[in-house]
Amino acid sequence: MTDMTANAVGSARPARAPLTRRLRFGSSASGVGHAGWGRTVGAAIVSLIYFFPVFWIILTAFKTYEDALAVPAKFFFTPTLENFAQVFSRAYSAGGPTVNTGFTLYFFNSLFISGVSVLLALAIGTLAAFGFSRYPLKGNDTYLFMILTTRMLPAIVVIIPIFIMFRVTGLAGTYLGIIALYTVFNLPFAIWMMKSFFDELSPDVEDAARIDGSSDVRVFFKICLPQVLAGLAATAVFGLILTWNEFLFALLLSGVETRTVPVAMSQTIGGDIGVRWGLLAAIETLFLIPVIIVTFALQNQLLRGVTFGTIKR
Amino acid sequence: MTTTTDIPQSVPFFQRVIALRWDNWQGALIVFVIGMALAIASLPPQVSFWASSALAALFAVTLIANAWGKYIGGLLVTPALTLLFLMNVFPLVWSFGLSFFSYKANRARAPTWVGLDNYAKVLGDPDVWDRLHNTIILVIMTVSLQMVVGFLLALLFSKQFPLRRYLLILVLTPMMLSFVAVGAFFRYYYDPTFGLLSQAVRVFTGQPFILMNTVWGSRIGIVFADAWMWSPFVMLLVLAGLVSVPKYLYEAAAIDRVSGWRQFWSITFPYIRGLMLLALLFRTIEAFKLFDLVFLLTNGGPGTATETIALRVYRIAFENNKTSESTALAYILLFTVIVLTNLYLYFANRRAREAPAS
Repeated sequence: MTDMTANAVGSARPARAPLTRRLRFGSSASGVGHAGWGRTVGAAIVSLIYFFPVFWIILTAFKTYEDALAVPAKFFFTPTLENFAQVFSRAYSAGGPTVNTGFTLYFFNSLFISGVSVLLALAIGTLAAFGFSRYPLKGNDTYLFMILTTRMLPAIVVIIPIFIMFRVTGLAGTYLGIIALYTVFNLPFAIWMMKSFFDELSPDVEDAARIDGSSDVRVFFKICLPQVLAGLAATAVFGLILTWNEFLFALLLSGVETRTVPVAMSQTIGGDIGVRWGLLAAIETLFLIPVIIVTFALQNQLLRGVTFGTIKR
Repeated sequence: MTTTTDIPQSVPFFQRVIALRWDNWQGALIVFVIGMALAIASLPPQVSFWASSALAALFAVTLIANAWGKYIGGLLVTPALTLLFLMNVFPLVWSFGLSFFSYKANRARAPTWVGLDNYAKVLGDPDVWDRLHNTIILVIMTVSLQMVVGFLLALLFSKQFPLRRYLLILVLTPMMLSFVAVGAFFRYYYDPTFGLLSQAVRVFTGQPFILMNTVWGSRIGIVFADAWMWSPFVMLLVLAGLVSVPKYLYEAAAIDRVSGWRQFWSITFPYIRGLMLLALLFRTIEAFKLFDLVFLLTNGGPGTATETIALRVYRIAFENNKTSESTALAYILLFTVIVLTNLYLYFANRRAREAPAS
């Protein structure tokens, strides 16, 4: 490690970059050095090894039952789409009738529940973030701290009273219950993210508009909101992923009709699909594709997203 | 709404109350109370319910309109705080109260007061200390592994090079995946017969390799999966620090012929120190709560060697149905996490204040 750090930093020794490059990377004040294709090859090897577990699952999804269980593992095989077809309906015994596996419903549930709860959390959270950012209350930081704390709490601690509450009120297993819970689950995240975006805006334009007689409502909708649209989108997508991936709340609070994919997936691991690795891999692949696309689209907001807006860059 | 001005206090109270204005909440309150009484007295129940609701809504609107100019900050955050209070704070306070009672969720019996008995029971239980021990071992192993791997990955990606953006995605993906998916992956890879790990070991030993049936094997299995998932997180933070080092410092160091090692400690490290601390705290908090991955990979086994505190709480609450005892243990876990979160935010704020531009 000693050598590696020394080398990595040592080679950052500045040969003055040609003018064109200095212009292209605007602020050449930052310490981002440049390395050539040599570094690309090194990084590619490391990245591919790092990504291998995901890659292998995707590969397994295209294998037949026999290929998926082959010893030694097969790198080259005839790909099949059979697993993907079986995700939604399959025959449980050889030659038997095909039965709906329920995964159509589970994927719909995952989409519907995370979509609605993220929209709600975003609407309420953006308003609150604007309030916290522009009209600080007495003890503003205390409120914000408490809000973030609710998000950092261990899910298992929160779930015990909520489980009992939902059972008493009959909300357990209903869309309403799980959506309400996920809205609250996403709310602290939405508030902190959106506040970090609002904080970054220059107040000059707003002040100018206020002097010209714009109302608070107008300032919010016509000046602030359009400037944070990208942030709004990033927050929404992050919220979607967090909810899409969430397991424990869904495990305890979703019913048969409102089950989400992670819960269904965890139940298939131990059960009948458990040994059908190709099928499980196909479910996982379908589950992962949106996440991978989003990771790519959100690359620049990733740092802020995973730290709930507490670290901007 | 800001264009309307408040009625001056000199206008008599009576005239202010009957003024037809959106912010006249006193008037609306009177209309609401009288209207509701009349409606209940004269109309059939269904109609009177909706009439009363409409009047209540009118009252709410006037209250908001009245507060608009004066307490706009409070108005904006009220819905969020209300929701958080109802679904988060209230249940927690309620369960805190429950931790002083004896209560089982699967019995109809009413809770009985037992004082601090639950806490005494939990703290005196050697099993709990054993699970705490397990959790701490896992936390130390996984967090240190993540810090090292994340740091090395950040160094690798600390410079611009062709295709960097695309290769970075491959490394960052695991962090965004679901615990369930990762758990399922690694169950497949650790499988004694078909798993890649077992097959790789068999090349050398000729024996199938069962990782998950020994205490340390299963710990390593969990730590490996968790560290694989979260090293990118550390990388992302360290990378943010690395690219924020001003270039002129390196240029000055080059002129003074400072050695590479010295350059790292004197120039680079001060810039990433704060972020590494934040990464450490954030990952410690998350690792302390470790539940999903253990639940899916080992379910606490073999025996109870990998049962974490969070899993223990789950077991007591939902498998043994000792609800109030579980809330006592949950509160001990909660307290630890709150302390760590406080520390994290303290350092995050300090960093934001010290280096607003970086």
